[in-house]
Amino acid sequence: MDQSALSGSFEVDSNATVLLMGLRRSGKSSICKVVFHNTQPLDTLYLESTTKPTTENFKSLIDLAVIELPGQLNLFEPALYDYEKLFTSIGALVYVIDSQDEYLSALQNLAVIIKYAVSVNPKIHIEVLIHKIDGLSEDFRLDTQRDIMQRVGDDLLDYGLEGVQISFYLTSIFDHSIYEAFSRIVQKLIYELPALENLLDLLMQYSNFDKVFLFDINSKIYVATDSSPVDIQNYEVCAEFIDVSIDLDGLYESNSQQQQQHTQQQLKRNSITDTFEENINQSQYQTSVSEDVDALANAKPTKCISRLENGTMLYLHQMIRGLALVAVSRLEDSDETTALSVIDHNVAIFKKSLEKMWEHAKFR
Amino acid sequence: MGRSGSGKSSMRSIIFSNYSAFDTRRLGATIDVEHSNLRFLNNMTLNLWDCGGQDVFMDNFLNNTNENNYNNSSSANIFKKCEVLIHVFDVESKEVAKDINTFKRVLENLSKFSPNVKIFILIHKIDLVQSNKRQELFQLMYNNLKNIAYNEYGFKITGFATSIWDESLYKAWSSIVCSLIPNVEIYEQHLAKLNEIIDAREIILFEKTTFLVISSMDRFKSNTNEHTMNPTLALDPKRFEKISNIVKTYKQSVNKIRSNFKNLILHGKNSSIYLDVLTSNIYIMVIMDNNIGKDENYEVNNESLVLEDIKIARNLFEQIENKPLS
Repeated sequence: MDQSALSGSFEVDSNATVLLMGLRRSGKSSICKVVFHNTQPLDTLYLESTTKPTTENFKSLIDLAVIELPGQLNLFEPALYDYEKLFTSIGALVYVIDSQDEYLSALQNLAVIIKYAVSVNPKIHIEVLIHKIDGLSEDFRLDTQRDIMQRVGDDLLDYGLEGVQISFYLTSIFDHSIYEAFSRIVQKLIYELPALENLLDLLMQYSNFDKVFLFDINSKIYVATDSSPVDIQNYEVCAEFIDVSIDLDGLYESNSQQQQQHTQQQLKRNSITDTFEENINQSQYQTSVSEDVDALANAKPTKCISRLENGTMLYLHQMIRGLALVAVSRLEDSDETTALSVIDHNVAIFKKSLEKMWEHAKFR
Repeated sequence: MGRSGSGKSSMRSIIFSNYSAFDTRRLGATIDVEHSNLRFLNNMTLNLWDCGGQDVFMDNFLNNTNENNYNNSSSANIFKKCEVLIHVFDVESKEVAKDINTFKRVLENLSKFSPNVKIFILIHKIDLVQSNKRQELFQLMYNNLKNIAYNEYGFKITGFATSIWDESLYKAWSSIVCSLIPNVEIYEQHLAKLNEIIDAREIILFEKTTFLVISSMDRFKSNTNEHTMNPTLALDPKRFEKISNIVKTYKQSVNKIRSNFKNLILHGKNSSIYLDVLTSNIYIMVIMDNNIGKDENYEVNNESLVLEDIKIARNLFEQIENKPLS
């Protein structure tokens, strides 16, 4: 039964599937919960260990699926899972290493997995999260990263796999580094990314933006940004700005939608829900979110502007498919209204091109 | 006041010093009394006395009444000219009888030194109770304390269930602070006038630094007879506190890029929200209905209209604020 359910989900195809692997207790489920379900990081302490592979689907610019494998499983028990099919169907393999624990066995496991995955699917992206770095001191983090990179490189050399590209990220669920890492990982899976970045660059140039992000509203992952370097503080402020706009808007729902929205809000925001209850609600929650995304697309787009005392302006404009454009900009006081109209116009054009691009992507 | 560990200093730091709920873990025990002064709405000064709750300090506060040097005793110092007592009860406390006993002794002192005091009790850390039992437990505690206070000392008290992890804390504190503002009526009068002009769904005034709600006005408050079905009732009754909470979090996050929040305009799918500076101490929030079916320019025109109205109102409220207390 288990297996049939699994293979069913593998059929989903599309390259935008992320496979989460790692030893047990390395923090895979916590990552999933925090990034995709808005769970408070502290609440993840009470998660049970995962026994079955779980698949989550997310509808965004791309249809993202995240498959999570139980940590304690032995890779070479082919009776249980069809690994060949699994690895050919995924776009990225994310391996989570607990940096606070002894990581030598994790590295061995990783090397074996990489060897197998690459032999089956040479195009696979391999990403390594050096996780739980919140417990390490600043200079120790870099040492750990260097050590792990060194060892992985040596292991791969032993297997004769010098050419494999592996990316490393330092992550923790208690700050924004995990979102940053996931943003990078997801971006690699978006086929249209160069075109998107080009568009954003153009938009930035003509609208006087300092920085512009294209966010997925539900997960706060940015699917694209312009080519200027990402300042993590800008990112955090933008991500929280989305929360502010959505929450404030949600408070003044019109009556008809309210009941339905209210329960959803509670599900989303209730930080004290015990995890058991949450597990039950998970499936229905997932569908309601995707419905919500569709509903949002039909309604008038949400727009939000906020000015700060140093002249910075935060600008949010809702895009298609649960995406939002968030920009940081600096405006001269003199011609604010004209500048804003220009921005509005430019953003509207950007939205149109996004829609067009999406049309084409469907028929790809 | 309250027992040690009941969360008095945490509350104060969140409301008045921009701590986040998580940061309050770092707070240590308060030694004796910690005074803080706050300017509030320009001409009002709040003296906040945070009294340490360990038994040693408590005994010190309460016990000196029988001595001869009546006026110099610390209890006289503490309880003299008291405007408001906020007594905090820890919902998890094991020694409820002792807590109530302390509360009684505080009331006794107050009836002696400042009989006109307003008393608020906060049943704190309510997040530690299962959500379906919260209301029941709170009513039980509240009724009990109300009876004690009224029957034995003639005080009327107001109670709230609070937690630092949600918006209930803001609700409690904004009612406390509102009871202290002398010219609330003037604000409300002018707010009603402003609302007649703008015809907003709701207007809310916030204090600037703490973002506590000072006053609010919705379209249906003034003429309830005509509208028996009051649509605002359908809105989230906790929305004020939630807004306080949301905006304060936002203000903190904006601090990361070394700046302060000035204003915010939101055109949502349900309503348009304008949040702007009204006076040097007050923020105003105007919520307009979305008129579906109007032409495209409606939103733009409306925006400039509302902003202009706020600008005019600014002068007026500035005047009220600077008026000396009569």
